[in-house]
Amino acid sequence: MTKILIVAEHAGGKLNAATAKCVTCATAIAGAEIDIAVFAADAGDIAAQAAALAGVKKVLTVENAANAEPLAAVLAPQVAAVAANYTHVFGPSTTFGKDLMPRVAALLGVGQLSDIMAVESAYRFRRPVYAGNAIVTVEAPQDKKLVATVRAASFQPAASGGSAAIESAIESASAAADIPTHTRFVSRSAPATGRPDLQTASRVVSGGRALGSADNFKIIFGLADKLKAGVGASRAAVDSGYAANELQVGQTGKIISPELYVAVGISGAIQHLTGIKDARTIVAINKDAEAPIFEVADIGLVGDLFKIVPELEKALG
Amino acid sequence: MSKILVGLKRVVDYNVRVRVKPDGSGVVTDGIKMSINPFDEIALEEALRIKEQGGATEVIVVSIGAAETQQQLRTGLAMGADRAILVQADSAVEPLVAAKVFLKLIEKEAPTIVLLGKQAIDDDNNQTGQMLAALWQRPQATFASKIELAGGKAKVTREVDAGLETIEVDLPAVFTTDLRLNEPRYVKLPDIMKAKKKPLDIIALDTLGIETAGQFKTLKYEAPATRQKGIMVKDVNELIAALKQKGLV
Ligand SMILES: Cc1cc2nc3c(=O)[nH]c(=O)nc-3n(C[C@H](O)[C@H](O)[C@H](O)COP(=O)(O)OP(=O)(O)OC[C@H]3O[C@@H](n4cnc5c(N)ncnc54)[C@H](O)[C@@H]3O)c2cc1C
Repeated sequence: MTKILIVAEHAGGKLNAATAKCVTCATAIAGAEIDIAVFAADAGDIAAQAAALAGVKKVLTVENAANAEPLAAVLAPQVAAVAANYTHVFGPSTTFGKDLMPRVAALLGVGQLSDIMAVESAYRFRRPVYAGNAIVTVEAPQDKKLVATVRAASFQPAASGGSAAIESAIESASAAADIPTHTRFVSRSAPATGRPDLQTASRVVSGGRALGSADNFKIIFGLADKLKAGVGASRAAVDSGYAANELQVGQTGKIISPELYVAVGISGAIQHLTGIKDARTIVAINKDAEAPIFEVADIGLVGDLFKIVPELEKALG
Repeated sequence: MSKILVGLKRVVDYNVRVRVKPDGSGVVTDGIKMSINPFDEIALEEALRIKEQGGATEVIVVSIGAAETQQQLRTGLAMGADRAILVQADSAVEPLVAAKVFLKLIEKEAPTIVLLGKQAIDDDNNQTGQMLAALWQRPQATFASKIELAGGKAKVTREVDAGLETIEVDLPAVFTTDLRLNEPRYVKLPDIMKAKKKPLDIIALDTLGIETAGQFKTLKYEAPATRQKGIMVKDVNELIAALKQKGLV
């Protein structure tokens, strides 16, 4: 019997959309029983959101003041304890899941599979390597617990309409778990508001090095607002200080799958392309007709972005 | 005496466009440029800066790999590491095995800091540092973009999806690096000469007394699905028309 535990990611009382995508990945395993575990100081609202996801059997809550912030060292022993009765433990391959799940796996004495992009069976999966330039099919042993992260961009979020039971698992979690105090939360930059979140936005406009300054980068925000889009950036734009680090798209930034991706003044380095391969439609605006971004673009326009972007904004009304 | 252990993995250079072998058994590596994993280079740079500012007395670079990996370790020594250890392995090891190797070396060297790249750009696993911290029962500060040391503690700024997060950890601890932590120095010619005289110890993987077999089996490699060839438009009007046709505006 395949029993899958999904570790919920949440912030500010809201379940992260990546959790619903992990559920979809888990439902691709035939006959699997799927539970979600919520580790929080106050799990109430989050558990209710998790319980509403279709396909989920049970939501386990572990409420502890120490769980107020998602510190991997604090959460991992509790996750490992709750995982005892499961064959699979999944988390999203967001920075939360990437930080936490390998620590959980090591505590359980097993390896971990990163970035599941497709399910072939309960123990056979596909995942990208070499910045997505190769896809491997990997088989995990059936006699070991399988700990894995799920590449969120590869799955649609599970539908709502479920009504899973909510239970406290505080006893099993804290009985077995020795919660360390050697790691302490200090602060987090305030979340940007008022614009669609890059990871879930259905449209994204990204700017690259060509923007030349933080001030010029504002035209990217302007175009994004017209399109009701989230904003992304290349590494070069982030490194140069034109855009905030959480906007980086690519191998080492965010992997996204919007309906529309508009790359402005971005050359299309492999490391950037790996973050946008799942976009439905890619539009590229670049003054260099030879730029590699045009090899993946569905619609390409060669020209000066400082002329094109204002024109485009105007034409969009 | 406080030591920093730095992991250096030999990987296909980040500029190489990797291709899958026609028989699906792996990717083409013959005659291809190999380099230090870029994140590991950043880890080494950070270790050197910590040492230069008096935060450590010795920087040891460690690699797990085939004999050729000595090249990358020599580069690490030329950058400024004091000595190198090659744990020689004929085939690639999984992250859990790598973490166990590091734990063995930690038992021997007793470092206060272990600095690793957040991921290697070949397998893109992003696991070893976290696993090592778990096995060592010590803190982890992953995806670091700033590390400040003071009095047996470190304040680390981490690049997370929401932006920047700062945590404080007690030392010893494991740090994994993100791209914006620093810009690695260039190696100068005289340093390459000097590096030839620095110690590089070689230990065979199977003498460490750990389980080295992997748990996952890679059945095949495939090229990713290619996107359909797109169209080029001449101006903004044509662009809008093309977007309209796709129902996007
Ligand atoms: C380990 C590693 C990880 C990396 N991870 C990432 C990642 O996650 N994400 C990422 O993006 N990169 C990543 N990179 C960096 C990547 O290799 C590229 O350096 C980077 O993506 C380049 O950014 P860019 O396209 O903005 O800049 P450039 O490559 O400099 O391209 C700028 C483009 O703008 C065009 N241009 C200039 N002026 C104009 C104008 N006026 N109008 C129109 N077009 C103009 C130019 O023709 C050019 O194509 C990584 C690199 C390494 C080594």
